[in-house]
Amino acid sequence: MTSRKVSIEINGKTYERDIEPRLLLSDFIRHEAGLTGTHVGCEHGVCGACTVQMDGQPVRSCLTLAVQAEGHSLTTVESLAEEDGTLHPLQQAFHETHGLQCGFCTPGFLMSLEPLLGEARDFDDREIREALAGNLCRCTGYQNIVAAVRLAAERMQ
Amino acid sequence: MVTGVDAERVVGRSLWRKEDRRLLTGGSCFVDDFERPGALHAAILRSPHAHARIVAIDATAALEDERVVDVVTSDDLPHPLPRIPMRMFRIDGMERLLQSPLAEGVVRYSGEPVAVVLADSRYVAEDALELIAVAYEPLEPLLDATAALDPESPVLHAEAGTNLAGEIHVSFGDVDAAFAEADVVLEERLYSHRHGAVPMEPRGLVAEGADGGGVTVWGAAKVVHTNRRILAALLGLPEDRVRLVELDVGGGFGGRGEFYPEDFLIPFCALRAGKPVSWTEDREENLRALNHSREQVHDTAIALRADGTLLALRDRFYFNTGAYVRTHGAVVPNMSVALLPGPYRWAAYDCTALQVVTNKTPAGTYRAPGRYEANFVRERLLDIAAHRLGRDPADLRRQNLIPASEMPYQVGTHTDNHPVVFDSGDFELLLDKGLQCFGYEEMLRWRAADPGPGRRRGVGVSYFVEKSGIARWEYARVAVGDDGGAVAYVGSASVGQGVETVLAQVCAEALGISYDAVMVSHGDTDVVPEGMGAFGSRATMLGGSAVAIAAEAVRKRLVDAAAERLEASPDDLIIEGDRVIARGSPAVGVPLAELIDGAPEEEEARFESPDMSFPYGLHLVALEADVETGALDIHRYAVAYDVGRAVNPQLVHGQIVGGLAQGLGGAVLEELAYDASGQLVSGSFMDYLLPTAGEMPEVRVLITEDAPTPLNPLGVKGAGEGGTAAAGAVIANAVSDALGAEATVLPLTPERVVDLAHERRAA
Repeated sequence: MTSRKVSIEINGKTYERDIEPRLLLSDFIRHEAGLTGTHVGCEHGVCGACTVQMDGQPVRSCLTLAVQAEGHSLTTVESLAEEDGTLHPLQQAFHETHGLQCGFCTPGFLMSLEPLLGEARDFDDREIREALAGNLCRCTGYQNIVAAVRLAAERMQ
Repeated sequence: MVTGVDAERVVGRSLWRKEDRRLLTGGSCFVDDFERPGALHAAILRSPHAHARIVAIDATAALEDERVVDVVTSDDLPHPLPRIPMRMFRIDGMERLLQSPLAEGVVRYSGEPVAVVLADSRYVAEDALELIAVAYEPLEPLLDATAALDPESPVLHAEAGTNLAGEIHVSFGDVDAAFAEADVVLEERLYSHRHGAVPMEPRGLVAEGADGGGVTVWGAAKVVHTNRRILAALLGLPEDRVRLVELDVGGGFGGRGEFYPEDFLIPFCALRAGKPVSWTEDREENLRALNHSREQVHDTAIALRADGTLLALRDRFYFNTGAYVRTHGAVVPNMSVALLPGPYRWAAYDCTALQVVTNKTPAGTYRAPGRYEANFVRERLLDIAAHRLGRDPADLRRQNLIPASEMPYQVGTHTDNHPVVFDSGDFELLLDKGLQCFGYEEMLRWRAADPGPGRRRGVGVSYFVEKSGIARWEYARVAVGDDGGAVAYVGSASVGQGVETVLAQVCAEALGISYDAVMVSHGDTDVVPEGMGAFGSRATMLGGSAVAIAAEAVRKRLVDAAAERLEASPDDLIIEGDRVIARGSPAVGVPLAELIDGAPEEEEARFESPDMSFPYGLHLVALEADVETGALDIHRYAVAYDVGRAVNPQLVHGQIVGGLAQGLGGAVLEELAYDASGQLVSGSFMDYLLPTAGEMPEVRVLITEDAPTPLNPLGVKGAGEGGTAAAGAVIANAVSDALGAEATVLPLTPERVVDLAHERRAA
């Protein structure tokens, strides 16, 4: 299969690679860029574990080809905490409210929810649950994830 | 809620988890994150047929691509083909129904591994699957467990000569006499449908040959040491040449971590290729290949007196075990038989379990295995009886609960020939607390109010007894260094439930040191010499007890040594930071460095508990059904659970709510459904519906500690399965209450709810 040269920016760093056009963005992020914090749970766009942000908007990296990311700016879970290790308020809230168990789905939740919190306003639980509804978690029953969003939103006001 | 504090009381506090940071920042390492240089990638060719003869396999076209390194079929495996053994609950004869890693001659379920491709990338390996030509001669599929024993049905394993994998019969009392004297007899056929664990992380393995002819496998889970023993035996290697390593594990729930065909194939291929081999399944494979569970058909009858006294329970059920008997042997039906009586007194009981093979994916355990199904059966019958007698369902239950004064209570059943004895409990107290705390009276008033046209309201109650601490020992070693830091090496495993946190709490408390000073190490067979792992709600109960005993032994040794130096009583000394000091007089002390000579001070312990422990609980729900659309809106869902003692209440709460999400998913959404040809028709997340945040209600939880177990030094009972155990039962009870028609089939999908509503109108 013919390969194609791409240049993709992830977390402020540019990755230039020769890739097959069919390579999924999730595989590029994980195996070409080595950023394995982005997880792959279903490869058909339902579970949301692979969610990353493209130009600030959540996207399913398993439903995106790597070549489509050319010229866009991507961010992944690895970018959320500060360099000194201080957790993002959303990460800290997940920690405090026990919003994760096995943690496999967690990066996808964080990357889906982080733009929402940028709106810096009050959310009711229904809005939060709607915002979560595109991500599957098998461990928590979501209750503590809702609590984490509530807590982070309060702190980010 | 606090963390990072020094405190004598560490157990019983909702400390934040040690696991979280790496999981929140992308620093975790799940198996597909783990790479070995030069690794080949494996993909598995699976049978498209539920039942067929394999006539020929031709891999020529696949091997023409130079990036394809190898195609392995059953011809390439050692002969006679290895069979994956049972690790527990064996019934004689089951050994004839075990699965070999690759099918030879006949495939018996859609998804059965037929060949393995090794290639230089996963993309190429998956492409190559399509180039392997397999000629199949389809055979008649057998899907229905109740038909499997019919003489007209095909026999799936000729060498066994029968589709009956095993039969379990348990009885006590005089059932016939009880039915003869009963005022009310109820008979029902109840069906609990096939669904399963579906962890978010698909399975994966990385294997690599080791110097000296051994092999290392990363990606092990749940029962790491047991799987090492199985793998060594199947590969013909000494056990000490096989190393299994657990990485981060993305959910277990019973399904993940058992020894599957791939657990042999990937290390076998790595040894054959002389290169590391990496494999990760996709979601469709996960849904077709991981153990299914729960599919049981019960023919049940209960006998009562007119005053509501339960007399006898008679049950005969079919457990659809799928195409092969897997590692659990007969554990699922055995759990159903053992715990079907529940928290009630019965004068007589008679239950027969028939475990039968069919052409579906093999079945094994899933969170609250055998009990989810049994609770559905028993609690449904109690409600049908309550309706017949005009009794309040909670009140009918209270009347028949085993009283606290009769603890420990010999149920009269057994698991794996071991008697079931309820170790402690005050069932009535929990019922009262739960009804009070969750507002049962208020729920009944809500139910009585008019919900408007086309809407019906119902309330459901279900009581259950869970079990914990199966497989009766665990290993721990606790090491304290001269800096005051401790490491607890345990045979328990993490499936994401918080083992590193809970066992650190137990260790810190036993040593009298800070939670932050303890690290937990698990899951590498080169580091931890033995262990039983994480299943059946056992890790805290058995692993925690082993850690507590080992830690106490280290503490005593250090404090005794310091006491000698200081000429003080050991009772007055504590470990604080990197010294042993006199309590209240920190100036008096000895540095640990003077007591510990180089290597850390260590003690081992093996905690044995011959009996299981039995936590118990209550699910309560109020819901509204739409009779036109079949939609169910949950108004209130509440779970009360007595766990003996909660090491970390926040984590117990998380287990209950998370467990309930799975139980509720099973009750209304999730179904591993098959068509008539034996194809799984719910093999994606668009068809197999996990609950989302939109379906999950906010759950009220009451954790009580009224009945600590006398069976271990911590008093803890396992907390992992109670959230799941009665969800099918209570939803079915509430829907039946709402619609005035008795639900006898799970899941309660919108179609079934509408059908039930029609049944009521027709009646």
